[in-house]
Amino acid sequence: MTATETRLVTARLRERPEDSWTMDGALASGAYESLKQALGMAPESIGKEQVAASGLRGRGGAGFPAATKWSFLAPDSFPRYLVVNADEGEPSTFKDRMLIELDPHALVEGIAIAAFAVSCHLAFIYLRGEFALGYERLTDAIRDAKAKGFLGANIQGSGFDLEIVVHRGAGAYICGEESALIESLEGERGMPRIKPPFPAVAGLYAKPTVVNNVETLATLPHIIAMGGERYAELGVNKSTGTRIFSLSGHVKRPGNYEVELGITFRDLIFSPELGGGTPSGRPVKFFIPGGASSQWLTGSDEHLDAPLDMDFVQQTFGVMLGSGAVMVYDDTVNPALIAWRLAKFFAHESCGKCTPCREGAGWIEKVLYRISHGEGRPNDLDLLFSVGNSISPGVLNAPFTQTTICPLGPSAVSGVASLHKYFREEVIAMCSNGPRAIPVTAGAMQ
Amino acid sequence: MNASGPGHFNAANLVRAHEIVAQYPKPKSAILPLAHLAQDQDGWLSPDAMREIAQLVGETPAEVLGTCSFYTMFKRTPCGKYVVSVCTNVTCLILGGPEILEHLEERYADDGDVHVEEVECLAACDNAPSMQVNYEFHEHLNPEVAAAIVDDYKSGVLTARGVSGGRTR
Repeated sequence: MTATETRLVTARLRERPEDSWTMDGALASGAYESLKQALGMAPESIGKEQVAASGLRGRGGAGFPAATKWSFLAPDSFPRYLVVNADEGEPSTFKDRMLIELDPHALVEGIAIAAFAVSCHLAFIYLRGEFALGYERLTDAIRDAKAKGFLGANIQGSGFDLEIVVHRGAGAYICGEESALIESLEGERGMPRIKPPFPAVAGLYAKPTVVNNVETLATLPHIIAMGGERYAELGVNKSTGTRIFSLSGHVKRPGNYEVELGITFRDLIFSPELGGGTPSGRPVKFFIPGGASSQWLTGSDEHLDAPLDMDFVQQTFGVMLGSGAVMVYDDTVNPALIAWRLAKFFAHESCGKCTPCREGAGWIEKVLYRISHGEGRPNDLDLLFSVGNSISPGVLNAPFTQTTICPLGPSAVSGVASLHKYFREEVIAMCSNGPRAIPVTAGAMQ
Repeated sequence: MNASGPGHFNAANLVRAHEIVAQYPKPKSAILPLAHLAQDQDGWLSPDAMREIAQLVGETPAEVLGTCSFYTMFKRTPCGKYVVSVCTNVTCLILGGPEILEHLEERYADDGDVHVEEVECLAACDNAPSMQVNYEFHEHLNPEVAAAIVDDYKSGVLTARGVSGGRTR
């Protein structure tokens, strides 16, 4: 069977490419019908019944059950805030940007449903600063939704009030970590907070706060429309429903594909209606299954035939589906080069609060640079392991350990762990041959 | 700090600035949006602008600088009219991003209007390699196409956003 897309969240933007982001286009494809339906429900039942039954797990990276997250809100403590994590910055993840630019009304509707469910009257969208078009599309959508009575005071005569503020970040990956995001939203430097207290108890302005990802919220209208139990029939095990995977690198058809969880990596990468295989026809050497923070998998049958199941891949291979970014590399790519560039990213984006990450990520980058550029020394892989061990003791553990406040530190070690697991001989050979020229884009295509 | 207020925002932006502050339960939250507003107005985030932002949110200029200096989008020295942000993260890396960066850096090395910078993943990997000019996306690039786009901004064929990606200058 050929794997294909299962479009729920992406249905509108695929079916109405000419106007999916406008109010007219959105209304013509059923926008805000789920909100009207939800407003007729008991607010608490939305989380406890519909979302809980759906099995929906956060689509930002951690995969935490959405209904459980809402249930942690400190009871009888108001005001409470809903904060949307739209600070998409995980390398090679581009699904939220698509949703924001092409279907902002799905996000607005999802926010309104979630806010009603948790009795919140002021929501913030923390939008990545670089998304200038997305900012315009979102602010227009909010203005139009207000004019139609889907936001503002007494929404659709229900007595429920909600305002949404779009807040632009300004170029800091760390603000995708929820407590750093809250700090940034309060006008501070975006540095993570020590937890507990968790945001559900003391978040924005020290009030109970839910932080949800864009795709998570954009899924809510479909859960309301189908019913949570029917949604849970999609997917596999505790990875229910559909997810949007951002597929990039050495595939014929890079792009965002919404698929039912449970299809395999091979389906995603090779199906003619999805990735279509490598453009060169060469074998997949390795791929990164869940954003730059995840450890890697290889082109082996065991890995390619693994299902897109959050728990299975974590328990079996110590990797994560994370942000849903799948990066594919054929056998011309030098894995040390990819590890170096990702380490450079983490070193640059480390906020500097915790010493192991601030210093360690920089050293990992330097050592990987010399390895990947032909200057490696014989014991460099062990040196990397030692630095990694100071950030994420054990290095190869899954779930990872950390000596830092937030997961950015251990994420910087993922490349080292992956080189050690799958490319140890290749890296050691690279380091033993003495300085030599390795092309920066080792056999770059085209 | 000038107690009478530096009067840095123009009249329209000052109205907008007060609207922005009023959106938040606590005024300090408005620092980032006000810095974007100032940067779009001036082409950079000047000390004068940060002093006025401080007054608007009831903080010291040092607090505003402390916050703004954390974020790479805020340019605290004049940076020309066009911020050209070239991605070299992993997908762009294998598809030619570094070559685009090198070409643009050389070509505009002495051009005060063009600020070329290397940036992290822009979330446009399906159409890599990619760049932004004042936060407008440009995708499926090679060095020559990228340079032609920058030249089109310079000659007015393309209309640029503000240096912070806003529509108002």
